[in-house]
This record gives sequence, structure tokens and C-alpha cells, in this order.
Amino acid sequence: MTAGQITAIQPVQEAQDQAGVGPIGPKPRRISAGRIGLYAFLVVAALFFLIPVYIMIVTSLKGMPEIRLGHLFNLPSEPTFQPWADAWLHACTGRDCNGLSPGFYNSVKITLPSVVISIICASINGYALTFWPYKGANLLFGLLVFGAFVPYQVVIYPLIIGLSSVGLFASLPGIIIVHTIFGMPILTLLFRNFYAAIPVELFKAARVDGAGFWRIFLHIMLPMSVPITVVAVILQVTGIWNDFLFGIVFAGRPNWPMTVQLNNIVNTTTGVREYNVNMAATILTAAVPLIIYFVSGRWFVRGIAAGAVKG
Amino acid sequence: MQKSWRRRFHLPAVIGTIPMILVAVGVFVIGIGFSVLWSFTSSKLFPTYDFVGLAQYRRLWADSRWLVSVNNIWFFGLMSITCNMVFGYLLAVFMDQRIRQEDLFRSIFLYPFAMSLIVTGLVWQWVLDPNLGLQAALRNLGWSSFSFAPLVDADTALYALVVAGIWQGSGVTMAILLAGLRGVDEEIWKAARVDGIPTWRTHMSIVAPMMKGAFATAFVLQCVGVVRVYDLVIAMTGGGPGISTSMPAVYVIQLITVRQNVGQGMAAATMMLLPVLVVLAFGGILLWRRNREASA
Repeated sequence: MTAGQITAIQPVQEAQDQAGVGPIGPKPRRISAGRIGLYAFLVVAALFFLIPVYIMIVTSLKGMPEIRLGHLFNLPSEPTFQPWADAWLHACTGRDCNGLSPGFYNSVKITLPSVVISIICASINGYALTFWPYKGANLLFGLLVFGAFVPYQVVIYPLIIGLSSVGLFASLPGIIIVHTIFGMPILTLLFRNFYAAIPVELFKAARVDGAGFWRIFLHIMLPMSVPITVVAVILQVTGIWNDFLFGIVFAGRPNWPMTVQLNNIVNTTTGVREYNVNMAATILTAAVPLIIYFVSGRWFVRGIAAGAVKG
Repeated sequence: MQKSWRRRFHLPAVIGTIPMILVAVGVFVIGIGFSVLWSFTSSKLFPTYDFVGLAQYRRLWADSRWLVSVNNIWFFGLMSITCNMVFGYLLAVFMDQRIRQEDLFRSIFLYPFAMSLIVTGLVWQWVLDPNLGLQAALRNLGWSSFSFAPLVDADTALYALVVAGIWQGSGVTMAILLAGLRGVDEEIWKAARVDGIPTWRTHMSIVAPMMKGAFATAFVLQCVGVVRVYDLVIAMTGGGPGISTSMPAVYVIQLITVRQNVGQGMAAATMMLLPVLVVLAFGGILLWRRNREASA
């Protein structure tokens, strides 16, 4: 299934919703045993998805003495935001006790340029592959798609060696390059599928008028690419923000992103474990992608579906 | 019609795709090539070109940690993919019954996927904490014989990873399969009902086969995720207790960084690549044959 097909399905579904015509059966009676069972299943499933986050939130608002009582589900008796402040400013990883905030800024510094660069590269790739396929371009694209399935572990070590030979290993530019590399297969696929759906006549007309590669891209294709770019931005921001493996390997200690610092704070073996601070830190790390998820709504689903395309 | 342009060799197009050329050839061909090459050498911390044949592979398959990792990935993969597909399909079918608050349910089922696997791992680590987590809470509520602390037992820790994996991933399966369900023509449901076929039969025998594409998409997504599972293990168990939840992905990184045995690490990485290559080749052949039949 391709991105195009998924997006094509959406309007059908919306039309069905509006017309009140679902895919199955006659209009069900208001209350029947089956209906109750249906909602019971959905509610139980929803609880399975919600309870861990409920526990996370209430734990982060409790003091340690209250947590040690072992009443996981109880609401905090004396809600306190101290754990949140501690998580942001004072939580310790090893000897550094600066909390998560440096990790947050590192994540921003990594995510922003990576997203911009990877999307620029991928949109040019998709455009060139669709309208200016040169000899061997499809082979390159095949290799790129292959790269989307390759286990990262096969490529990590050569990348370490390659980046250190040019002095970029364990640096901010290094991690940005790595994110650009691993974002390229999916994003190129995304943009190629999008441009392939654009009528070729549009491109030909511009060619006849004498516009070249860059002119057509900048003046015709780019303004049309807003929807796909939104999907790509959502995909990349959440993906890069949530990354752990590349961050810990390629960013270098001063640039460690939020996920790495979070893991170091929580899974540190020395000292007393402050569960409330840990949970506050966890929520803070999840906050950015969650905000994006709830703001973007259906676009997010579209991004996932697009990310799932097969060759 | 586009052919006349295709044949020409456009310099700007090549210049514009230099990053793609570098990545496709430089990383995914040359990089992987070097990984495979180093797997035949005795490289320790830095790569050397002292070839030792298959010695690294022999040592790899004699290493109990690797054997445990391989067993774990099969078990984890089969368990989590099966559970994810079944649970995701059930959710999709139930979501498709014109329920109220569909968007609310959809948001609830899908939001864990927006979060990092590190976050998922840490949340579940806390929920399953033997002293203060779920077990303690239910005991305090009066269920004193309740015992559920899978993370401290080497035999059950893997199940905890599966549960966390389902929590994170089944919403995506649901979303993809729901899109597939909605794409099935309504007339088919009507025809099946006229013929008196029970709903579950219609699902199993008619609708599910029609959703091959959606199932394949969900399945491929799951497989890629399983092979790459690293963050979840690191955050939730760190590979423990002991080596009971080690995975190939974790094993390779450990060999490269902590144990400084690049040769063997690359041998392990090559072993990870092998099944992916086989599956891709298989899929490629299927696709090629289908295309040939379509054009014939």
C-alpha cells in the first residue's frame, strides 16, 4: 500500500462518516448486548493504554515518602511540583546535576537542522527522480529503499570510522549528518510518491517555457509541496526527537539529546532512586512529540502510513 | 513521452541529488561492504585488515550471549508481531462499528506510538517495579497473593518487553488495518448478509483476504521495528536480568563500544543483515513476477 492509496482512502471514509453510512449492517439498535460488549472491549483497551500514563503523572506529583507506601493508583495526597523542577534543573547523571534542561536544548539543536536539511535533500531527490530521472537514478533509489530496511547496526560502525576520519564523530554536525542519512530513504520515497501524482503536463509546460531544473523546483513544485512537507516535518521531528541510539553513539557527551540524558538519569545505579523525579523527567521528554501528535491529529496517522510504504 | 527527457543526462539533476548518491552508494553499499569485510578480520577497537576467515563467525556462534540474543529476537518477534496483529485487528474491527467518540478512542490507542521507546521502557519499568509498582499496589488493596513482577525474573522479563511493545505499537497496526477495512466495498458486506453468512465468517474469509495490502504494510512495519529493537531493551531491562533479554541489536553495540571487539561485532551485524536480505530478495522476486504477469 502506498501513501497515495492511504490518502485516497481518507476522503472516502470521511464521506461515509458524514453520510452516516458505516461499512457494516443495518443501523444497530441503541442498546444491545453486543453493543455493550463492544464498548466494554474498547474501554478496557483504552484503560490498558491510559493507565501507565496515569500512573506516571500521579507518581510525578507525589513526594518520595508517599511513593514508598506503595499505593500506585492513589491520587497524590499533597500534590507537589518539586519533582518537576528537580527533573528540569537538578536531576543527576553521574556527577553532573543540571537536570534535563541541557538535554532539551541539545535535542532542539539536533532536531531543527536535521529536519530542515533532510527535508530539503529528500524533496530534491523526489523531484529529480520523478521528473529528471538520469541513467542509474532508479538503481540509486532502489538502494535507498533497501537502506530503509537495513538494521542500523550494520551501518553504524562504518559511519563511526567515516565520520571520525573527517573529524565529525561525536559532534553536533556529525549527529545531524547521521539523522539526514537515515531519514533520507523514507522521506525520498514520500516525496517521490507525491511528485509522481502531479500531472506531468505541468512539468512539460514549464519546460517548454524554458524553465530549468532549479526554476521548476523552486517556483512550481515547492509551492505545491506544502501538504507532503507537513507530513515529513511531523515524521522527522518526532522520529529525531525520540531517537536514542544515534544520539548516544554519534552526538558525543556534550551534545547528548534528551532521551539519552533521561535514560542516564533514570537508569543510574548510584544513590537513592527518586521515582517522582524520574517520572517527571520521562513526561518532560515525551512532551514535545505528544504535543505534535495531539495538534497534528490525522496528519500524524498519514505520516505513519506513509512511513510504512513498501518498495 | 517522458522518454525523450529521460534519456538525456541532466547535470543539475545529478548535482541536486549528490546527497542521495553519497548516501545510497557511500553508506548503504560501501558502508555495508566494509562491515561485511571487517567481519572476516581480527579487528579489535579499530579496524584492521588481518583476515582470519570465518573465525569470527565460529566464535560468534559459540558465544552463549549471542545464542541467547538470537533466541530472544525470535521469541520476541513472533510474540509481539502475533499479539500486535491480533490485538490491532480486533481494535480495528471494533472501531469500525460506527462507535461514538471514534476520534477519542483513536487518539488513545495511538498516542504511545508518538513517544520514544525510551519513554515506553521507563514507564513500564516503573509500572512493573516489584516493590512499589503494580504488584505492591494490588497487594495493598487486599489481594495479598497477587504476584506479577516479570522484570526481576530471567524467565519472564521477555514477556514484559512484549507487553510494552504491544502498548507502543498496536495502535499503529489498528490505524493501518482500519484504513484497510474502510477501503473494503460496502456492497460486499451487503452481499454476504444476503447470503446469510455470519459476520465473523465474512471477516475471516472475505474481508481479511481483501486487506492483504494493509496487513502486509502493518507486518513489514512490525518486522523492521523488531529487528531494530534496541531502545526498549536498554531502557526497560538493560539486557538483564543477567543476559536474559539481550538482543542482537544490543549485542552488536556492546561489542563495538564496551567489549571493543569490532570483528565479532561486524560478524553479528552481518548475521542480522542476512535474514533481511533473504526477505527483501524474496519480496523483490514476487514483485518482479507480478509486474511481469501484469505486463504480459
